[in-house]
Amino acid sequence: MLYAVLCYHDEAEVTSWTKAQDDAFLAKRAVVMQKVAATGKLGPVARLMPTSAATTVRMGREPVVIDGPFAETKEQLLGFYIIDCATLEDAIAFVRELGHGETGGFEIRPLRILLPGKPLSLGSPA
Amino acid sequence: MTDLAWIDGALTAARPQAIGALLRYFRDLDRAEEAFQEACLRALKNWPVNGPPRDPAAWLIMVGRNAALDDVRRRSKTEALPPDDIISDLDDAEANLADRLDNSHYRDDVLRLLFICCHPDLPAVQQVALALRIVSGLSVAEIARAFLVSDSAMEQRITRAKSRVARADVPFETPGAVERAERVGTVAAMIYLLFNEGYSASGGTAHIRGTLCDEAIRLARLLLRLFPTEPEIMGLLALLLLQHARAPARLDADGAIVLLDDQDRGLWNRDLFAEGLALIDKAMRHRRPGPYLVQAAIAGVHAHAARPEDTDWGEIDQLYAVLERLQPSPVVTLNRAVAVAKVRGAAAALEMVEPLAGQLSGYFHFFGVKGFLLKELGRADEARVAFDRAIALARTPQEAAHIRLHLDRLMNDRQTA
Repeated sequence: MLYAVLCYHDEAEVTSWTKAQDDAFLAKRAVVMQKVAATGKLGPVARLMPTSAATTVRMGREPVVIDGPFAETKEQLLGFYIIDCATLEDAIAFVRELGHGETGGFEIRPLRILLPGKPLSLGSPA
Repeated sequence: MTDLAWIDGALTAARPQAIGALLRYFRDLDRAEEAFQEACLRALKNWPVNGPPRDPAAWLIMVGRNAALDDVRRRSKTEALPPDDIISDLDDAEANLADRLDNSHYRDDVLRLLFICCHPDLPAVQQVALALRIVSGLSVAEIARAFLVSDSAMEQRITRAKSRVARADVPFETPGAVERAERVGTVAAMIYLLFNEGYSASGGTAHIRGTLCDEAIRLARLLLRLFPTEPEIMGLLALLLLQHARAPARLDADGAIVLLDDQDRGLWNRDLFAEGLALIDKAMRHRRPGPYLVQAAIAGVHAHAARPEDTDWGEIDQLYAVLERLQPSPVVTLNRAVAVAKVRGAAAALEMVEPLAGQLSGYFHFFGVKGFLLKELGRADEARVAFDRAIALARTPQEAAHIRLHLDRLMNDRQTA
């Protein structure tokens, strides 16, 4: 089974870390990452930029583009795409096409890859 | 990370919200600060034992308020708040109570705190000092070091600022939309000034200057959390991130300034760049760029260039033209001239620079740029006069050393010619 592991923390605190603190944090995480990566079981690992860099597209008859993260609580996180776009505008165009005629919403959040990980297949059966 | 490093980070991050809420209760900066200090002391004892609270700010507000109300509570047994030693985040009941007490006020509390520090009655340097003390929690000694004054002088400056704010009768209710917009502008300007204080190397050790830049970025993040759809605040944060990203390449091993063209771009912090560029992209969608956003966009053009010769100087020239319209100033024109020199040549740039002589007669960079343009045009004698003037006006040894380098090159060119 493939699992997504989603990381949560107070971003006000994490973005307050000094470079040395952040490096120490990443080094601590890297130890576990490298161990699992060595078994060939780890896919891409990414760090999302703060929610201040996020843009939300709410679908509907006329999609609405909003600054900030996806804030509704009545919907749940159901999937994600990672796409390489030259501009935010391109990412919004992708999302508009993707969700055309749907309800729900998309949050577009820039990220950086910490580890490309192994190329994913459909995963091994449980 | 150790317990202590974690706790320190959590206390720092919670500080603006906690002090803001305590200020709402007590309506007095000193009492709010004391209550917060007391709560921090208790956190250092309590958290390693009971585990980290889920919401550190809510915990600190509760405990700080309880500590300050201790006397009152002893007199009146009707007070229903639980004593702090049984509060732990493993217990959701108290955490929820604290949430209910404070989260609805988060935005107003933090905003009020920023507005108080940036009160229009305070001179800009006092605003910066007060914000560093109250919002960032830097010690008076640290702030004094950053501004190259004695501890007692800085203590006095901060005390004076506080009493001035107290006398000014700051309204505790939320300001109206127009006033709010004006005062947000003052807060943004304070943050920008603070960053420049750290960036411009006007004094202090490299370490303390780096701290000022970090604090400015932290405050800009805070402001953007309060105004997540305001393109100028996105622009401000982007500008600071992009400038800070270049910091590792700005000084060489001897502490001398390295010009943008000569910087080792491999030293630039790519993460900060990426975040800054993402924010510019986002802000530009609003199609009403303000001065911070335009300056960020200029820094963004540099960030996009892998090598100096890849820089899109035409774009930079156009962005400076926009900035000249938004915020006309001889310094902006002087900066634009540097881009013009690259696009249309030194003669065109010198034509822009010369009329600024009256306004910028005491400005180091004016003579630096002028000397450089004259040198490009082969007018070596005039160039030397300008460079000499620049050295006389330099505010730091680094600036002077940098101009001397130009002078040396000028002499070399002559000898080889």
